[in-house]
Amino acid sequence: MTKFKWFIVWLIMTVSASAFLGYQMFQAEEKPLFIPNETTHGHYQIEMKCSACHTPNMGVKQDACITCHSQDLKDGQDSHPENKFNDPRNFDMIAKLDARKCITCHTEHSPHTTGDMGVTLPIDYCAACHESIGEERESHKNLKFDSCATAGCHNYHDNKALYEDFLIKHYDQKDHLENAKEIPLETKKQKALTKPDADFIVDPQTHHDWSSTAHAKGGVNCKDCHQPDAQLPWSDKVSVSTCQDCHEDEYKGFSEGKHGMRLAAGLTPMTPGQARLDMKRDAAHKELNCISCHSDHRFDTKVAAVDACLRCHSDDHSLNYKQSPHFNFWQIDHLTKQNNKGVSCATCHMPRVKKHGKVVVEHNQNATLRPNEKMIRTSCLKCHSLQFSINALADKELIEKNFKGRPTVHVESLEWAKQREKK
Amino acid sequence: MRIKTFVASLLVATPLLFTSCSKPAEASAPAAAADSVAPEKMADALFAVMKGTRTAYTKHVIARLGKEKKLIKPHEKWEDKENGVMLPAQMFRYARDLAMEQNPGFTYSLQSEWPINSQNAPKTPKEKEGLQFIGKNPGKNFYGKETLGDKTFFTAVYPDVAVSAACIDCHNDHKDSPRDDFKMGEVMGGVVIRIPMK
Repeated sequence: MTKFKWFIVWLIMTVSASAFLGYQMFQAEEKPLFIPNETTHGHYQIEMKCSACHTPNMGVKQDACITCHSQDLKDGQDSHPENKFNDPRNFDMIAKLDARKCITCHTEHSPHTTGDMGVTLPIDYCAACHESIGEERESHKNLKFDSCATAGCHNYHDNKALYEDFLIKHYDQKDHLENAKEIPLETKKQKALTKPDADFIVDPQTHHDWSSTAHAKGGVNCKDCHQPDAQLPWSDKVSVSTCQDCHEDEYKGFSEGKHGMRLAAGLTPMTPGQARLDMKRDAAHKELNCISCHSDHRFDTKVAAVDACLRCHSDDHSLNYKQSPHFNFWQIDHLTKQNNKGVSCATCHMPRVKKHGKVVVEHNQNATLRPNEKMIRTSCLKCHSLQFSINALADKELIEKNFKGRPTVHVESLEWAKQREKK
Repeated sequence: MRIKTFVASLLVATPLLFTSCSKPAEASAPAAAADSVAPEKMADALFAVMKGTRTAYTKHVIARLGKEKKLIKPHEKWEDKENGVMLPAQMFRYARDLAMEQNPGFTYSLQSEWPINSQNAPKTPKEKEGLQFIGKNPGKNFYGKETLGDKTFFTAVYPDVAVSAACIDCHNDHKDSPRDDFKMGEVMGGVVIRIPMK
């Protein structure tokens, strides 16, 4: 080939590569070739949606973090809110650690420095401001500064289950509370439907499933989901937004958690194949939406609370669940049709909580895991003492065994709080 | 003529546009305030509003519905109590936090030489001087200037006097309080107001 022909080949390849890269950089919504480094476990689901956090010029949006996390910080009664550091009297603190900005502690795309909870600072950061704590508290003398948040005692943001008065209030309780009880779900009292309103004969199994669920009892008929707009044709598939119309709180939680955050960001649904946790191979391509856990027409919450999870999750903690006392009581509850001591996956990871005066199932599976002490108030304390709960959640091996056995870790914070009270 | 006027207005408007956009909210408000109102007057006015609001809450909500009628429970950890409501000092701080979200261009805080939470002890030399002054000179306020970081502030300190039994009872009994002998009418701390100077 002549030199000229080679030049033409080179030119075509260069122009094509430039066009492809240029398109991805400036036009395409997803830019896989331009991701600078691996993102954290909390954000990798939406890492292809650069605009979720970045400005068009790839700067970081002013409110990138707050857009998604502000409610969580408010609900957790954030111990270190931004405004605490905006006061000029704290300028010396800011000089050491600019706690006004989330990214001071949580830098993205930095896998080699990222620790638990997406923290990218060395974990002795508390010392920057609380260096003199050993002089103020006898019990804190000689404690290492990398142990404040790792020993089950403190959290930077949410201390709702760890503050001193709360520890004292729950001091000296039995490991297993006698009056253990789950919050019952509220059912709307309406005349139960028996006749489906579809314009065709519904197959008997579907009819049976529907008529035995809360939907029929609550007056929700076929067309309410399959043809919510009378002007549009019947649709066999029901969109997430149709569920959302009635289940607003549940959708909100789903869209904030790892199961639904891709959908909420306008990306394709999450699949177990994209997960970083161990998942079952045959589940790799299942898409996550409402009916992937709440199988359609039956909407059995018992299935959604255990079986649905175990269809995909196959890490040690999940696989050990069926050997745990939690599952044992779950089965007993199931057989005796009670709701007292059984603990499902959802009891801890999608707990029933009271929000603005009603019972809501928290569908953000991550809400009780950032960090896991957030689970204490929503789940553990329904059955266990605070001391037992704190100990168990600080015991990584016990968590892996799905709480089969007793905690081998003992967190001393309750005793220290009690000693100070006596003074 | 028309074009000339247009060009002239553009020349005037453009820098104005840029300066108003690029100025952070924090800097723009106090500059205007300092131009028109002396910082001392401004601080006095702000303190009058703060004091009035908190006193109204203490007397007409906490004392009436709490102490007299026992309908509400004023408590430090009010969020975890049934019918719990925040204490007046907390109401002062919560209101401050909400006000600060609006970037009003000044800051204020409630401090004491004998704080329950050590983070509320005076920290800067001016705060220490101011709190000592109002303790030793009952009825008088303290005014001064200080430089923090690279900014200069007008700093005013106003006495915070024990106005109800609830204030002294809580501060005398609290396990983290360095004092247990506060009396009614005594200066327990001070409100520090800071206005940035040009």
